[in-house]
Amino acid sequence: MQEFITVNNLCHDYAGFDGSTVLALDNISLKIAPGEFVAVIGTNGSGKSTLAKHLNALLVPTSGDCMVAGMNTKEDENLWKIRQKVGMVFQNPDNQIVATLVEEDVAFGPENLGLPPSEIRRRVDEALRFVGMEQYRQHGPHLLSGGQKQRVAIAGVLAMRPECLVLDEPTAMLDPLGRDEVLSTVCRLNRAEKITVVYITHFMEEAIAADRVVVMNSGKIMLTGTPAEIFSDVELLKSLGLDVPVAADVAYRLRKAGVSIPKNIITEQELAVALCR
Amino acid sequence: MSIELKNISYIYMKNTPFEHMALQNISLTINPGEFVGIIGHTGSGKSTLVQHLNGLLKPGSGEVFVDEVDLNARGNASKLAKRKVGMVFQYPEHQLFEETIAADIAFGPRSLGCEESEIKQRVCDAMEFVGLDYDTFAERSPFQLSGGQMRRVAIAGVIALKPEYLVLDEPSAGLDPRGREEIFSQIMHLYNKTGIAVIMVSHNMEEVARMATRLIVMNQGQISLDGNPREIFKNGSVSLQAAGVDVPRITALMRYLKGQGLKVDDTVITAEEGVKSILSALGGQGTC
Ligand SMILES: Nc1ncnc2c1ncn2[C@@H]1O[C@H](COP(=O)(O)OP(=O)(O)O)[C@@H](O)[C@H]1O
Ligand SMILES: Nc1ncnc2c1ncn2[C@@H]1O[C@H](COP(=O)(O)OP(=O)(O)O)[C@@H](O)[C@H]1O
Ligand SMILES: [Mg+2]
Ligand SMILES: [Mg+2]
Repeated sequence: MQEFITVNNLCHDYAGFDGSTVLALDNISLKIAPGEFVAVIGTNGSGKSTLAKHLNALLVPTSGDCMVAGMNTKEDENLWKIRQKVGMVFQNPDNQIVATLVEEDVAFGPENLGLPPSEIRRRVDEALRFVGMEQYRQHGPHLLSGGQKQRVAIAGVLAMRPECLVLDEPTAMLDPLGRDEVLSTVCRLNRAEKITVVYITHFMEEAIAADRVVVMNSGKIMLTGTPAEIFSDVELLKSLGLDVPVAADVAYRLRKAGVSIPKNIITEQELAVALCR
Repeated sequence: MSIELKNISYIYMKNTPFEHMALQNISLTINPGEFVGIIGHTGSGKSTLVQHLNGLLKPGSGEVFVDEVDLNARGNASKLAKRKVGMVFQYPEHQLFEETIAADIAFGPRSLGCEESEIKQRVCDAMEFVGLDYDTFAERSPFQLSGGQMRRVAIAGVIALKPEYLVLDEPSAGLDPRGREEIFSQIMHLYNKTGIAVIMVSHNMEEVARMATRLIVMNQGQISLDGNPREIFKNGSVSLQAAGVDVPRITALMRYLKGQGLKVDDTVITAEEGVKSILSALGGQGTC
């Protein structure tokens, strides 16, 4: 199959505070298929954000390559095409919205593309509908909740008609309600619109929604696998300083206490089925 | 000795079209030795409430007393009373600014007019409390630290003021699991060791349930529940849902299992208790 993103032996160095270099990504290789939903987990400093910034050419590799839809991020002439195909959403809901009205904010990207007003209007309508915020188009962003602001930020990216969304801890600053709103919006976009998703999170319950989980540690990819494969290795995740979904944690503790239940339990439904045989 | 709020109301942007009543007639007493968790959805008034505890916000109506002193009265007494309440804001690391960690933590005690030897002692003690080794970290720049460590420096800066009440507004927000655990265990350690009263706003139900001796649920500018955390998670599900907050994940899991017919205790709030209850349900009669 034609991959949408191919990362090959990518290394990234930052200049450190004292003139030293920080190897933030250490020989990373990763393929992401079109339409795939990939969650990236790992402790602070493991290189998640640095990786994310390579996916839309905000950073270019110190060595190795990052290919997006067949285009190398190192080549300047690809920059705009790549940024249009891969949209980024960041952590802080309060500094992603620039305009004074929701619809103006969403129109910002398409306006910069120089599109005709009717097309801009169509894209704004569509993007707001996709994130369920059409009734807020005339609202000022300061009146929105954190989850609503993040959905507007997602709409702003969608108005560029990207093929891939990269979200860097989009729920880290939200309350549980806001987290649900954002995650279910992203899942819907992935399933219904076939948008490729790369989703960085510290909430393991969110990572369960992905097709595949990538675990990063010290600038390397430690593991990749389905959520069931990854989260059944409770000891490894804990040793990396990561959480596990509560059902996986309980299943692990029960197994240690001698209860015989399968190893790949990660949801409450699966745990109930295993215990109520 | 206590913090006492009497009939507090607070309105943002009063007399404008954006006027918003953020707190409605709140009365509340916080006693020494308590660990009060405050939960509620975003916008429910938690931050507005805690900013009244040290006089950062002046109530639109009502009164705030710290150890019997009215915070909004004129004079030196209210200034001293405010100092008894240390406040760690949300994302406090954004307020670090000195070149070294020690200098940042020393800023507060210095502005209180402490002697240099006293300042150094307080910096050492505060760093020890938040688990940052003095010799390793004192002369480093705070900006070389991880997010969790920067936040500990910010908390140390407040501890160095030797408050009698410590207020923390979402101290774990934005941290990774390890950072969250570090922060919570340092707070617990401080609480256990000094008996300082802690008032902590958090969205992390697991930790609030485990740490707090008392839980306050905010909804639309009012206190909708106030009591023992276990009792609230056990009996308050209707009010909790109305307030838009979750129960701890383990409690939700146990409820689900019970709904599926497994005879487990759905009032547990830690994974250890949950596993114990499942084991005894399985042991009693096999499965369901
Ligand atoms: N602009 C930068 N300058 C120097 N070092 C950086 C910069 N950004 C990140 N780093 C370092 O690179 C490593 C990876 O950081 P990052 O990609 O932000 O990790 P994560 O998103 O997983 O927390 C860390 O050691 C971090 O300190
Ligand atoms: N500086 C401000 N100006 C106007 N409204 C504000 C301001 N700060 C908070 N509010 C509003 O007051 C309400 C309570 O906010 P806040 O106390 O921050 O809630 P919480 O901390 O529970 O999220 C919210 O509706 C919020 O929008
Ligand atoms: Mg990051
Ligand atoms: Mg708040």
